[in-house]
Amino acid sequence: MYGGGYIHQEESTKKQPEAVVEDPAKLAEFQARIDRGEKIEPHDWMPTMYRKQLIRMIEQHAHSEIIGSLPEGTWITRAPNFKRKMALIAKVQDEIGHGHLLYTACETLGKPREQMINDLLSGKSKYSNVFNYPAVTWADVTVIGFLIDAAAIVNQLANSKGSYGPYCRALERICAEEAFHLKQGHDAFVFLATGTQQQRDMLQAAVNRWYKPIIHFFGPSDKESVHSEQLMRWKVKMASNDDMRNQFFDMYVPKVREVGIDFPDPNLKKDPETGKWSFSDPDWDEFYEVIKGNGPCNAERLAVRKWAEETGLWVRQALATPYTKTTVPLA
Amino acid sequence: MSEENNSLDPRIQRLDLPQGESTVKPNEYWGTFEVFLQEKRGKHHQHVGSLHAPDQDMALIFAKEQYGRRGRCVNMWVVKTTDIVAFQLEDEDMFATTPDKTHREAGIYKVRDRIQEYQERQKNA
Ligand SMILES: [Fe+2]
Ligand SMILES: [Fe+2]
Repeated sequence: MYGGGYIHQEESTKKQPEAVVEDPAKLAEFQARIDRGEKIEPHDWMPTMYRKQLIRMIEQHAHSEIIGSLPEGTWITRAPNFKRKMALIAKVQDEIGHGHLLYTACETLGKPREQMINDLLSGKSKYSNVFNYPAVTWADVTVIGFLIDAAAIVNQLANSKGSYGPYCRALERICAEEAFHLKQGHDAFVFLATGTQQQRDMLQAAVNRWYKPIIHFFGPSDKESVHSEQLMRWKVKMASNDDMRNQFFDMYVPKVREVGIDFPDPNLKKDPETGKWSFSDPDWDEFYEVIKGNGPCNAERLAVRKWAEETGLWVRQALATPYTKTTVPLA
Repeated sequence: MSEENNSLDPRIQRLDLPQGESTVKPNEYWGTFEVFLQEKRGKHHQHVGSLHAPDQDMALIFAKEQYGRRGRCVNMWVVKTTDIVAFQLEDEDMFATTPDKTHREAGIYKVRDRIQEYQERQKNA
């Protein structure tokens, strides 16, 4: 038995060497548990690489939820009507909630929340590249709500079948709420697509802007990613980048085309034999440049995030000592 | 920020944003609480997740925001994470033989055959 706390602190304080030799018996037992379809829980033994990779993955996912609410959040005051405004407020609140759920899931692996925030603010940890692009018009918000959320759902649904219990539980909650994000996004998307010529043009222009970032969203082709195979065996990664991207095209190209909008790529085609979609080179150099911090909005996203932390500090301090009483001078 | 500042974010346009580094201190976000939600009267409270809060009153307020935004809920409990006592995960084998203890289950107590045989015997007596 143990008393006291689910928060595992072990690795936050000491640095692990890069290559760790794991106990083969424990490793085999660990793999067998995963192969039986059982989940791994926070206090189970786990390989260092498994822990590290999950921390990296969940943390980045959490940051993406928080930063991802910024481009949409700026449109709350400019939403075209009350119904859209209510939906957008609810969605943005959900995304912040997703960030919180994921931070706590990640903390069970030993990285404190404050450290994750600091790594975000210093640029050390990353978040999804798509959120380093601006939402220029209301149609961009519509495309984010429909297609970026759709892409995120493909990824999150796959990961919710993974092996780490706390991450799966967080993702199940998240996916349930994402259903609403997708629906309200699709609703707004169809509304513009079936509207006036001006609305259609605005929507098509937004789809054109987001096409490359959407392809980038799933990451480069798997041939380029290291450790992929091991992570799939540990059910940390549940599907290859290419497979998830393909699944996204399968599900959403028809939904875009049925309302007379299209992705701006003459080479976007499905091979009926293999079932695989091919597309033009989406400029992976740009992808790597944006990761490095050189995207159109990297600097402003982090600046706003820092401002939020700094201006929120007095609230956190006040909450930490709420019972300090004001006293009246004696004489 | 870029020189011509054409950002769509009003904070970028109107506020004096911090330029240098910015860090939060260890424990600035307090400790954690576990949240238990009761979907309707008569049901058990069920663990739904955790959150950070400075004290139990704030934990309840945050719990409502974080775990009570959708679906049914009539009540919530919050418990400080460090107040929870649990078994070690590696001791889970102490429960392994529980399903074998069929003498604790209703299903193995079968009397119908015996009653029938008794009634046959009575008839033929
Ligand atoms: Fe989300
Ligand atoms: Fe979402």
